[in-house]
Amino acid sequence: MKSQSNALMDLLFKNLTRTFAFLVFILLAGIMLSLIYGSRESIAQHGLAFLWTNEWDPVRNVYGALVPITGTLLTSFIALVIAVPVSFGIAMFLTELSPVWLRRPLGTAIEMLAAIPSIIYGMWGLFVFVPIFQQYVQPHIITLFEGVPVLGEFFAGPPFGIGVFTAGLILSIMIIPFIAAVMRDVFELVPPMLKESAYGLGSTTWEVVWKVVLPYTKSGVIGGIMLGLGRALGETMAVTFVIGNSFNLPDSIFSPSNSIASALANEFNEAGGMQKAALLELGLILFLITTVVLAFSKVLLMRLSKSEGSRT
Amino acid sequence: MSGETTMFESDSVVSLSNRVYRRRQLVNRIMLTLSGAAVAFGLFWLFWIILTLLTKGASALSFSLLTQSTPPPGGDGGLLNAIVGSVLMAVVATLVGTPIGVLAGTYLAEYGNRGWLAPATRFLNDVLLSAPSIVIGLFIYAVYVAQVGHYSGWAGALALAIIVVPVVVRSTDNMLTLVPNSLREAAAALGCPKWRIITMVCYRAARSGMITGVLLAIARISGETAPLLFTALNNQFMSFNMNAPIANLPVVIFQYAASPFEDWNRLAWAGAVLITLLVLGINILARSLFRNK
Repeated sequence: MKSQSNALMDLLFKNLTRTFAFLVFILLAGIMLSLIYGSRESIAQHGLAFLWTNEWDPVRNVYGALVPITGTLLTSFIALVIAVPVSFGIAMFLTELSPVWLRRPLGTAIEMLAAIPSIIYGMWGLFVFVPIFQQYVQPHIITLFEGVPVLGEFFAGPPFGIGVFTAGLILSIMIIPFIAAVMRDVFELVPPMLKESAYGLGSTTWEVVWKVVLPYTKSGVIGGIMLGLGRALGETMAVTFVIGNSFNLPDSIFSPSNSIASALANEFNEAGGMQKAALLELGLILFLITTVVLAFSKVLLMRLSKSEGSRT
Repeated sequence: MSGETTMFESDSVVSLSNRVYRRRQLVNRIMLTLSGAAVAFGLFWLFWIILTLLTKGASALSFSLLTQSTPPPGGDGGLLNAIVGSVLMAVVATLVGTPIGVLAGTYLAEYGNRGWLAPATRFLNDVLLSAPSIVIGLFIYAVYVAQVGHYSGWAGALALAIIVVPVVVRSTDNMLTLVPNSLREAAAALGCPKWRIITMVCYRAARSGMITGVLLAIARISGETAPLLFTALNNQFMSFNMNAPIANLPVVIFQYAASPFEDWNRLAWAGAVLITLLVLGINILARSLFRNK
């Protein structure tokens, strides 16, 4: 009798947990299907041309996604250019240079950068960083590159303070903790024997990190970078505050533009009909891009831990 | 070391290798300095942001924040209704999201050795963990708000619950995997059925890690703004009605920071300080809790 009820409970418990695991599984599919369903009018009217038309005209009811897609990709790219070397430096410091007692407090402090809510980054960026950047830094950068053939165009324009570059810089601060944490974790996976052999041959610390640690953890490092990229692509509030929210293709990295997430945050509640469908389609595009990037990141990280398992 | 190099200076081969050696040392020193500079770069922004919050927010903090509701422009007021709304939604989201996350995580760790469901779920859960939160807001808008026809606190809580789930799944899965198998085997040898092993032995052994996961999830949703924009919206007045638009700290901060009124801006800074202190506090608490284990 007792054992029968236990067997029944076992079966119930197992199927209960399985149901909820399945729920997580279908949540992702549900998000994608609901976005496709919500944007069906826009997909039907604009077709694939939605991806490369740059008109966004609520009056004529014509929409194209080129500007927000460009803004999202450009800000994320700037963020990566800044965040990757910095995160590498932080991870190297935490694994190779820092005294042991300092590792935990330093690591925690860097992780706190990820804990600060994104709206705080946005507010701080707009009200504190932008005025200082606009007055003391941006004019010097613009005059410095003025007349230089390609870079001059790149950094041209009036110093608005807000714009694509500012958004990218703030994004980079927000993704540094994610990339640095993954890099630190995979650096710690390197067998001490490998590093000690290199040190024993007379390598410097830098040579050990660059020629032994980095090649060994390559796929994990790229996975970490992809994780940061996935975060940067979908970041909303911080970007909304500082990107300028204008539907123009940026002529230089200082010009105001728009990103998918900030277009959604600004326009979705006031939109109706076709505009709402077009915005949902933007959301769908964002979700597809980030899902692909994050899945790629996960595959790379899994590959590292798998090869680690076979070697030991 | 320097004595040795002067001794062999006449030997040309050694001095050549000395030059190579010195260049390698120089590169090493430059790179190590840059590495330290990278840490300084990260800490610089952290301290700048915290310093800003302390200077701008401290002057805006007052007791009336906690006793009065959001004012019309030019009026006196506090953030009481926003705090109440945020707490209500966070509580509901945690109560909904935690059991789902714990049970799903249990399946992954305890039953997921064979079959396709567990690895596939683990993979997709990690994608969901980093999915843009604004898309989750769009999802709840499409499946709930648009169907019911009005914004509501329930919708906001649902959106936040979807953010809680993957965090709790991940931590439960990781923590249960860390529980030594000898514990399970010992309980099984005493004739304990599997569901009792999991609930009475494994959950207890993994408790502090699982609580840490829930705390981190709460910290994450307390600052989330994007998923609430299209779900909970905002409310100027005190409201406990979860079936209507409800005020919440992040959206109030967003609207008041963007407004031209100075006293609204000050309230936004005060709210920013409250949220940041709360989130950083929970994070540090969760970490120390986990470390004591």
